Amino acid sequence: MSAVIQAVEIGKYFGSKKALKGLSFAAQAGETVALMGMNGAGKTTLINILATLLSADEGEVKYFGQPFKGNETEIRRRLGLVSHQLLLYADLTVEENLRFYTRLYTLPNAEQRIGEVVDLVGLARQRNQVLHTLSRGMQQRLAIGRALLHDPAILLLDEPFTGLDQFMVGRMLDLLQNIAGQEKTIIMASHNFKEVAALATHVLFLHRGACVDAFTVAGIDERSLADRYQKMASRGES
Amino acid sequence: MSYFLAVWEIFLKDLRSERRSREMLSSMLVFVLLAVVIFIFSFELNANLQKEAFAGTLWVSLCFAGTLGLARSFGLERENNALAGLLMSPLDRSAIYFGKALANWVFMLLLSILLVPTAGFFFNLNPFHWVLLGVILLGTLGYSLCGTFLSAITARLHNRELFLPILLFPVIIPLLIAAIRATGAVLGGGVVGELGTWLLMLAGYDILFIAIGLMLFDTVISD
Amino acid sequence: MNKRSFPRLLLAFDLLAGICLVVATWMALVYAPREISMGDVQRLFYFHVATAWTGMLGYFLAVIAGIAFLRTRRFFWDVASLAGVEIGLVFTALCVISGSIWARPIWNTWWTWDPRLTTAFIMELIYAAYLLLRRGVEDPNQRARFSAVYAIIGFITVPLTFFSIRIFRTIHPVIFGSASAMGTGLFEMSPRMLQTFLFSLFTFTVLFISFYWHRLRLGLREQDRDERLARQAQLEEEE
Repeated sequence: MSAVIQAVEIGKYFGSKKALKGLSFAAQAGETVALMGMNGAGKTTLINILATLLSADEGEVKYFGQPFKGNETEIRRRLGLVSHQLLLYADLTVEENLRFYTRLYTLPNAEQRIGEVVDLVGLARQRNQVLHTLSRGMQQRLAIGRALLHDPAILLLDEPFTGLDQFMVGRMLDLLQNIAGQEKTIIMASHNFKEVAALATHVLFLHRGACVDAFTVAGIDERSLADRYQKMASRGES
Repeated sequence: MSYFLAVWEIFLKDLRSERRSREMLSSMLVFVLLAVVIFIFSFELNANLQKEAFAGTLWVSLCFAGTLGLARSFGLERENNALAGLLMSPLDRSAIYFGKALANWVFMLLLSILLVPTAGFFFNLNPFHWVLLGVILLGTLGYSLCGTFLSAITARLHNRELFLPILLFPVIIPLLIAAIRATGAVLGGGVVGELGTWLLMLAGYDILFIAIGLMLFDTVISD
Repeated sequence: MNKRSFPRLLLAFDLLAGICLVVATWMALVYAPREISMGDVQRLFYFHVATAWTGMLGYFLAVIAGIAFLRTRRFFWDVASLAGVEIGLVFTALCVISGSIWARPIWNTWWTWDPRLTTAFIMELIYAAYLLLRRGVEDPNQRARFSAVYAIIGFITVPLTFFSIRIFRTIHPVIFGSASAMGTGLFEMSPRMLQTFLFSLFTFTVLFISFYWHRLRLGLREQDRDERLARQAQLEEEE
């Protein structure tokens, strides 16, 4: 069974500062892999590398068994990113933002797709509102919508629920659980045990740029996860 | 074909953003008029301001006001890190460059529409020549191509507003000289035959930066 | 190249440079005959052209190194590029200053809009912009990339600048008359003058190599030190 996304011995340096070293993992279709770790552990760097926004200094990432080089366009079509930054234009409306992206990705049935996504994230009534007039929660929902617009096979999430209230987080978790159910692969970087326990099938603990623990979390509850994390963190400190 | 559509979409997106917020264009327009007025005060205020000063005043004012627009161009993409969205999409990255350069060109042309008659008014000469339109088209295009490229670099820096003029002005000098001399030639200050040389220089500069954009923009924008 | 010990070849270059400089100075001041129309101030010319040459050499190296960096992404080339700009900056400054000093008694002005000199001045501004750019970028990878690209852009526009000014000057001869008396060979060079001229070029080239090599070593050692410090910091963290 070939992995949908596979990182092989990834290394990344900012000058002489090591951000990632020897990082390897693989995710199969339908899995949700959570990357957990303290600030500075390298989660965002890894997500950015997987998203092709950053190039790795060592190692490589394979998507659907293919290397990135030479297959950029195809691979990018099947990647989506939701970060705590919106990746949207403040002066455009909800609809204009989405339409822009449908054009960039040359999606067929653009208008239909826009309608679907807007309904999916619950922004149907705000279609013609300019982005910066929306609340933070609505903006983040649109960001999630934008990432789903082209129906990516791999969804990358970097602390996607920042700024959302509990109710909204619950709603978005439901949404993501549905997506995960559709044989999509999700890689999420998160601090939040509750969200990880709700969504993830596998967890990777990152510490100082390396993977120090990897395990499946079928049926794990939030408390056990938090305990395991604390143990890892204190081991790292000593 | 989809490459040109992508360029077009990015171009439209930049225009649409500006039309909605209107913050940049109005500042640029005011700035450019202020620049002209300040220049004029630096000359002798007699009834006949030197014709030669017209060309210089025009282009230097455009240069300065243009930096406002250039700064905003990638500022748009920095806000909410929208650039990441563009970079992740399957389009060729140079399309980002050309789309934005086109948008910046339009803004510069809008500035010129205001500036040329105004300067003509103050300098008491008639600036409405077809050839002058050509000079302005070529000159502002070159400025926009070079400026957009360099602002892609400075947008990532800490003190970005400071750096853009420092990087831009030494490199824009040949364009500036050609534009000023061509403008002067059109308005009768110059020798016949000179105009052709300068127009060629302007066109050459434009083509040069189109080539540079195609070759080097990816390096600059990709980490 | 063993970066820790001082290479013998470099030492040889330093000595050669020192000796040549002394000889060249003597040649310029004593050996070469007094030029008829311009007088003693013309002796500056020998060093002026040499510094122009080394200034451009520095930039040329900086651009080649920049392209090499973009191709190979090895930081050695980034150091080589920076060294080229820094050394080139100094020599170009000397060129502009000597050109100005030469102009003063002859054309009675501190600045003539000679295309070569003006272009050198603008090149100086590009150098300065390059160095400022480097200051403003934190990430070494970005810094090297941006510097390389800017160096390339600057390099391409410099000849354009030169030609625009020259065309401008030909069509509109400025007050100072026939511009390019500052160029080589506009005055007849006697054999002794030619010898002095060529020897100056040689001297400054050796001087350039010497300075450049020193600067390169310095840059590489800085890089080594930064790596060592970073590794140390990391080891300390892990304890």
